[in-house]
Amino acid sequence: MDLGPTSEEDAFRREVREFVAARLPDDIRRKVLGFLRVEREDYVRWQRILAEHGWGAPGWPVAHGGCGWNAVRRNIFEEECFVAGAPRQMPFGLSMIAPVLMKFGTPAQQQRFLPRILTMDDWWCQGYSEPGAGSDLASLKTRAVRRGDHYVVSGQKTWTSFAQWANWMFALVRTGTDGKPQQGISLLLIRMDSPGITVRPIKTLDGGFDINEVFLEDVRVPLDGLIGEQDAGWTIAKYLLGHERTAIAGLGMCKRLLRRLKEVARSQTKRGRPLIDDPRFRDKLSKIEIDVHAHEWALARLVSLEQAGQGLGAEPSMLKIRGSEIQAELGELLMECAGPYAVPHVEDALSPDHAGATAGGAELNPLTGLYLDLRKVAIYGGTNEIQRGLIGKAIVGA
Amino acid sequence: MDPTLQRGDRPVWARLRFDQMAPSGACAKGPIRPVLAPSRSRPIITIWSNRNATYFQLTTLEMDFTLDDEQRMLADTVGRFVAAEYEFEARRKRLAKNGGFSQELWDTLAGMGLFGLNVPVEHGGIGGGPVETLMVMEQLGRGLVLEPYIDTGVVAPRLIARFGSAAQRSRWLPCIADGSQRFALAALEPQARYDLNDIRTGAERRDGGFVLDGAKCVVPHGDSAHWLIVPARSAEGVTLFIVDAAAAGVHAQGFPTIDHRRVAELRLDQVRVADDQVIGAVGAGYPLLEWAVDQALAALAAEAVGAMDRLTELTCEHLRTRMQFGKPIGSFQSLQHRAADMRIAVEQARALALMAAAGADADDRAQRRRGAIAAKAMAGRSGRFVGQQATQLHGGMGMTDEMACGHYFKRLTAIDMTLGNTEHQVEAYGEFL
Ligand SMILES: Cc1cc2nc3c(=O)[nH]c(=O)nc-3n(C[C@H](O)[C@H](O)[C@H](O)COP(=O)(O)OP(=O)(O)OC[C@H]3O[C@@H](n4cnc5c(N)ncnc54)[C@H](O)[C@@H]3O)c2cc1C
Repeated sequence: MDLGPTSEEDAFRREVREFVAARLPDDIRRKVLGFLRVEREDYVRWQRILAEHGWGAPGWPVAHGGCGWNAVRRNIFEEECFVAGAPRQMPFGLSMIAPVLMKFGTPAQQQRFLPRILTMDDWWCQGYSEPGAGSDLASLKTRAVRRGDHYVVSGQKTWTSFAQWANWMFALVRTGTDGKPQQGISLLLIRMDSPGITVRPIKTLDGGFDINEVFLEDVRVPLDGLIGEQDAGWTIAKYLLGHERTAIAGLGMCKRLLRRLKEVARSQTKRGRPLIDDPRFRDKLSKIEIDVHAHEWALARLVSLEQAGQGLGAEPSMLKIRGSEIQAELGELLMECAGPYAVPHVEDALSPDHAGATAGGAELNPLTGLYLDLRKVAIYGGTNEIQRGLIGKAIVGA
Repeated sequence: MDPTLQRGDRPVWARLRFDQMAPSGACAKGPIRPVLAPSRSRPIITIWSNRNATYFQLTTLEMDFTLDDEQRMLADTVGRFVAAEYEFEARRKRLAKNGGFSQELWDTLAGMGLFGLNVPVEHGGIGGGPVETLMVMEQLGRGLVLEPYIDTGVVAPRLIARFGSAAQRSRWLPCIADGSQRFALAALEPQARYDLNDIRTGAERRDGGFVLDGAKCVVPHGDSAHWLIVPARSAEGVTLFIVDAAAAGVHAQGFPTIDHRRVAELRLDQVRVADDQVIGAVGAGYPLLEWAVDQALAALAAEAVGAMDRLTELTCEHLRTRMQFGKPIGSFQSLQHRAADMRIAVEQARALALMAAAGADADDRAQRRRGAIAAKAMAGRSGRFVGQQATQLHGGMGMTDEMACGHYFKRLTAIDMTLGNTEHQVEAYGEFL
């Protein structure tokens, strides 16, 4: 066992840091670090800057135009980007459907979609959840019936993140009704501009509109939109979810929030002194920073165990739970920094062009919304209760 | 349990009698547990020492969990109003229309006599007190009522009735009781965080009155109030003023809040006030400010109890009806335990809301403050817990603006961060250890 980063890793970290400092557009950085609303174009712009440099797809093999980095490097990269204020690389194309295409897609599908994911010419959304199928994904009801050279899809998806910006959706649909509910599920790629698709935005607690309901009414999907075999979508879906959960460890986000927390705690005062010097608040900061260290080292250790094939299989679940809890708590502490100014909230001021006033200033205005919003991390991508169930099964086994 | 309590009755409303109070300060430590005294059938609250194993009885007070007729009528009326007017979808539509509160519903509340709750009968009010306030606040909390009640219905009338001159009482109390005038307590300043004593707003004597200069922050509905209760510092010390919100030099900038209400940032620019706008004595306003804030803390704590109680009910309903894996999610034991913890948290907050109500009228500062601070601290802590758990147990639905759950979560969050969050109250409580 050789602890700590190698000199090669250190050099890589410096390289990433310098690159992001030089190339991340300032307007995007300001939005991201100030927790203002980030637009579709901002995500696309940054992804293209990365792709141009050859860093568009850290997790993909080189053969497909990726970096071929191991998990350690990927984590360093993600962390440096997050801390510097880069928008997150949208996972739906890059780290959800792309690995699936590489493993289960036809060469034609790979050639058609992968390059466009790399440059974000396509924006993907994930059509898994339905009103009646959340934690229990296998109970999904959206039906796809094969008619000649296409499927006819009808049903409803919900909580679909960024469906309003997406031109493609990968969706789980029911193609068979025999046997266990897990059988008879297929994964389809659906164009969002197909006739019969309606997207209805869902307003969230913080006033945002990132999630949507998607209604599908006799939507025609050509047969080449099927991934793998018909009725064999469940295995593929599970493969994809494993990828999602590793990303949800969210170490980069934890570090970004921690950095911001310290900044705000320095700028706010309590009894005329910086809040960060208040012993009561300082203890909370120390505690959460220790939590972040633990998360970081656990991530490093569990990822390396898993890579060596020695894992439990429940590593992503553990990391997801802690990552979501730490993010939620950091959001809570950020809100606390605002004190009485946690209460006023000017929704319009989350848009960077807002010119009007906010009660406590632009720094504090987004913080309570952020606190509310960060509760979602323990819900999406499989709730923490479901993750605990998976860990419990793996270690208790009874 | 009290034999007059029916099964299903919720022993919320307490009439507390302090006829056997121990000397003040003697009951500073220890958890409070109701025990049955052998000679009585009613629960007696006894304060135990937690320093050593032997406990000693410091205080007894008799709690009567039954409502008298008037109180029952009051609770029923407010409960019915909230159920009818604050049905969630109706509330949501109103929010979408104009945000803030509705004058029409304000008038309805006034018509019910609710603003006279804390106004003495001789000035046109109901002559209620902390217990009635607790009852009303809990109901308002259950319905997430938006109309700003605390400052006009609790703080101003209680403050003026207790510390105002005879002239002030007859001037202000009747127009509070009939709902025609709204008050806002401007307790905090931008640099002060939650520190009540950090007052930079100046009051200078001039021409038989005062001139005020300074800023106040996050004043609840300070942009629609007619009168502002403003602490300011002069050579004599802190003085509490009633300031006409329409006076020259008063600038209020309103902002929406995270929980769909409004607050205002106030600037006072050479604002003239007359001597008869001073509450209490010149230079002796700080204890009054503290007193007023304690009334608000107790009321906020009771409102939070109502909100968390209702949110817990809604969550349990969700657990019973939401099906996943072929059964109600409430059948999973891990979720039942969470619901149980929510219920416990509500009970803790309710217990201390009672303690705050019991002390709100006390002459003894420590008794009053201890109750108010403890209640607000627990309301904050329990409110956060209940709000967070409810969201989690609602799954994706909990994150949406369309479900009631999130609105309760937001109100509980805002209550926690108003007039001192949990951290602040815990720190303030240190004075009484
Ligand atoms: C912001 C956000 C973005 C999302 N984006 C997407 C997206 O892009 N695409 C997509 O397909 N989905 C998305 N989701 C949906 C997300 O995956 C689901 O919300 C999640 O799987 C939970 O499902 P549910 O909301 O139906 O909750 P439910 O399954 O109804 O769960 C409610 C509660 O019951 C608990 N519970 C359920 N089953 C069990 C059990 N067996 N044991 C113990 N507890 C249990 C849950 O943990 C939760 O606390 C998103 C959700 C959110 C909040």
